[in-house]
Amino acid sequence: MPVLEVKNLRKEYGDTVGVEDLSFTVARGEIVGLLGPNGAGKTTTISTILAVLEPTRGSIRIDGRDVQRERSAALSATNFAAVYAQLPGNLTVEQNMRIFGMLYTVPHLEKRIREVIKEFELERFADTKAGVLSSGEQTRVSLAKAMLNEPRLLLLDEPTASLDPSTARVIREQIRAYASSGKGGILWTSHNMFEVEAVCDRVLFLSKGKILLEGDPKKLPQEHGTPNLEELFIKVAREPLSVSVE
Amino acid sequence: MNITRISAIFLRYFYLVRGNFQRLVQMFVWATFDVILWGFITKYLGGVAEGGIAAVSTLLGAIMLWDFLTRAMQGVSTPFLEDVWARNLLNMFASPLKQGEYIIALAAISVCTSLIGLVVMLVLAYAFFGYSLFSLGLMLVPFIFTLFLSGIALGIFATSVLLRLGPSSEWFIWPMPVVLSPFVGIFYPISVLPQWMQAVSRVLPPTYVFEGMRAALLEGQFSISSLGIGLGLSLGYVALAYVIFVRTYRKAVKSGAVARYSAESFS
Repeated sequence: MPVLEVKNLRKEYGDTVGVEDLSFTVARGEIVGLLGPNGAGKTTTISTILAVLEPTRGSIRIDGRDVQRERSAALSATNFAAVYAQLPGNLTVEQNMRIFGMLYTVPHLEKRIREVIKEFELERFADTKAGVLSSGEQTRVSLAKAMLNEPRLLLLDEPTASLDPSTARVIREQIRAYASSGKGGILWTSHNMFEVEAVCDRVLFLSKGKILLEGDPKKLPQEHGTPNLEELFIKVAREPLSVSVE
Repeated sequence: MNITRISAIFLRYFYLVRGNFQRLVQMFVWATFDVILWGFITKYLGGVAEGGIAAVSTLLGAIMLWDFLTRAMQGVSTPFLEDVWARNLLNMFASPLKQGEYIIALAAISVCTSLIGLVVMLVLAYAFFGYSLFSLGLMLVPFIFTLFLSGIALGIFATSVLLRLGPSSEWFIWPMPVVLSPFVGIFYPISVLPQWMQAVSRVLPPTYVFEGMRAALLEGQFSISSLGIGLGLSLGYVALAYVIFVRTYRKAVKSGAVARYSAESFS
């Protein structure tokens, strides 16, 4: 059973279609990249998975549970980190971990808090208010929160956007290791094609709310006559009609 | 209902208050000023009124009870606003937290913050002006309970307004109790109001508290059935406010307003 199953997802905002007939899965242990230019529908897709946006049509199942009908249970098996969802800056790192650990009803919470704080090298910031940390440190705090409940489905919206290259590499390895452990699957959005190629097992190219391409990020460029994933991204963004679903 | 998730919301507010002097002080500073101001007004009016000292002294009690209702409302709306100010709504609503759990947690916060304010007012009123709300005896319990429920209902309604209209509607919710105050007979019996205002008064639970308080202190009697109506109405308003909140939330999830809540306002 996939950890995420999206079927015929459609979201309309008045006359505008955000995503159209989107279907895909994420398996346990798999990292799937959700790629596309700005406005392609990535954040709409993530918002519907997180149940903060109601789809016009279609269904989403997380670990077998329907997000619309069993919202709380489905979200217990999920967590996320996004550049636009920083944790409250007026609480310390440890307080944030405790509050969100309780919201996700994490067992043995104090032990788990110590583990994630150590894993994301946040020990010296544990008693520091999250708001005074650098953007890179805040991103690590968000990632630590996202890993608190060892989610079956981890949603990462540009998780390394504000990290320096060295820290970004460490974070990528940690997330890769999490997927390899088989605890969960990951849906990852990024505009860093080098990163996507290094991390993702499979990518979905979105354009104007539809999946245009799907496949192995290491093979797709060659299959579509581009030297690398970045060139393919640019091609998809500029000339979506020149590529087709495989 | 999950008690751990409810406790998480409560604990978050506790951390905020514990870690910030301004948040701690605001829980009783306005209550303090209200008691001092109205204590002296009551004292002055008591001196110049002929044979109306008892009527004047009810003013201070009424002000304390009205202040309690305002604190109860703010006890619900302020923790919600803390999530708005910290741009934390997405983290909250994308978690397993249920709407009912969130509202119960806000109500629990309101119980604590409004009771702290009330205790401060009781102590100050007795220490400086020799006035005790306990002169109402056991009637004080249903009075407080009715006002508390009314404050909770108003607070839940205020959060719905914020959710529907966006963060810029914050200015709109603070004066909500002031808008109600002319109708509920805090300073005067509602019989002095024109008929249409009296009709509005009769559907507002605090009216039954203030009318009941005056009847008890000035005439030594009050109607239990009238207090029952007030209590029943306040329970009904809590249920209605919750329904409005749930519907507003569902509409916000449909329109995408929750996902992009930090936007200035929604049309």
